[in-house]
Amino acid sequence: MKKIILSAFAALFLVGSAFAETVRMGTEGAYPPYNFINDNGEVDGFEKDVGDMLCIRANLDCVWVINEWDSIIPNLVSGNYDTIIAGMSITAERDEVIDFTQDYFPPSPSVYMGMSGADIDVDSAVIAAQTATIQAGYVAESGATLVEFATAEETISAVQNGEADAVLADGDYLASIIAESNGEFANIGEVSIGGGVGMGIRESDTELKAKMNAAISSMKDDGSLNALIKKWFGFEAATF
Amino acid sequence: MFSYCVDPKTLEGLMWLSCYVTTAKHMSFYSSFLVVMGLLSLAAPLAMAFGFAGATASRSTFRIIRSLGKGYLAMIRGIPDIVFFLFIPIALDQAFEYLRHKILCSDVTEPIRQGNDFVVCAAAKLPLNTASEWVHDIYGFSLALLAFGFVFGAFAGNVLSGAMAAVPKSQIETGEAYGFSQSQIFRRILIPQMWIYALPGLSNLWMILIKATPLLFLLGIEDIVYWAKELGGIKTGVYEYPHPDWRAWYFGVLMIFYLSLTYLSQSVLDKISTRLSQGQATMAGKAG
Repeated sequence: MKKIILSAFAALFLVGSAFAETVRMGTEGAYPPYNFINDNGEVDGFEKDVGDMLCIRANLDCVWVINEWDSIIPNLVSGNYDTIIAGMSITAERDEVIDFTQDYFPPSPSVYMGMSGADIDVDSAVIAAQTATIQAGYVAESGATLVEFATAEETISAVQNGEADAVLADGDYLASIIAESNGEFANIGEVSIGGGVGMGIRESDTELKAKMNAAISSMKDDGSLNALIKKWFGFEAATF
Repeated sequence: MFSYCVDPKTLEGLMWLSCYVTTAKHMSFYSSFLVVMGLLSLAAPLAMAFGFAGATASRSTFRIIRSLGKGYLAMIRGIPDIVFFLFIPIALDQAFEYLRHKILCSDVTEPIRQGNDFVVCAAAKLPLNTASEWVHDIYGFSLALLAFGFVFGAFAGNVLSGAMAAVPKSQIETGEAYGFSQSQIFRRILIPQMWIYALPGLSNLWMILIKATPLLFLLGIEDIVYWAKELGGIKTGVYEYPHPDWRAWYFGVLMIFYLSLTYLSQSVLDKISTRLSQGQATMAGKAG
């Protein structure tokens, strides 16, 4: 028994020492078209394409990690992965805890979505939003009643079953849901909140931040980033 | 999976469904049932081992061991499970990485805690960044398993020490009269006889353990609850198989799975109980 424990303990400390520059990309996998898990069970979406291209340009070996939204920042700072690339808007509050690269997606409006035909005053109604998003923060200060959910998915169901009057989320996320709801849902208002979307990186990880910033700049310069934005968000989408 | 699944947009009815339920994503869902069964089959013996150690320690004649055993049982029973489920994997992970950093990267001078960041050198990461995904999965699973074993071990320990106390004293005295040593009495009289008293408590624990497995999802492991939630959600046109909110169906499947698992367990436990009662001086044993 002692031997087993000792060798298990030894194994813990001897597991390979050679390492290449592998970067673990943390994403939520539940926010199409930014990031989602496709029918093959793989990470897909705008951010998958951007992230893979950034890694090629920065000469990094990238692997994708799924982490729920709620704990996505704590798990970055404790080192479970090295970047957050999950449609995260750059805000001052988040910037106190982690660092952001420059934005790889320009600011885009958030949309209130409710059932079609309902008469809703978004400043006093019950509004659903995903926890710890800029939209949740906005609703909390708008005077409306905020109900928070762990995933964007659940905010939609909350509107569908009447728990909330409307949902506030990124317009790009809601667009296809509204379009494919056969008229069940409607866009009932837009607000501009938050800056662009950037990649979250540990504050101590300045080297990775510099590499990613350079790669994003090069993608902006040669138009490949705009091409990806158009591919995933349509031709009307704001570009750089 | 089937040859006609190449273009799902043209399919309808059963053909569509047959392709839908055999996507690679659904295969992950099906295999996650094995993850749950694996957890159950490993966590139960681990919890029994922890519990047995805790129960034995709390009956020890050495004061230090006794208070360690009692402390373990009391602490876990007095603190919400969820706190331990969240605490143990994080604490263990950081403790391992901290130790590895101290040993493998003793030349690095930067502190491990930098503001909010927990930074260990690349070689001290566990698992290494370069390790393949299944290594990360197994590592996460093992931490979760330890948390389950640790928490349920304390409950099992309490049940076992209660059962040990329930064995009639005259049985022990008879052993002493025949000149058995203390460890012989423990192994040959106390342990075999305590099971029937422990069984109701342990079977209850087993049921609770089955029902606690969705906590894996909380620990970031892609278990059946994760996949049911992920697959059931609204799927728009970016997915190959768009559909409305089908979570009720997926959770329904989970309900059937859990109910059959607990039903099956109950019938097995009933059989064990009948067997263990044979020849016992209890109401069920008819030997008194």
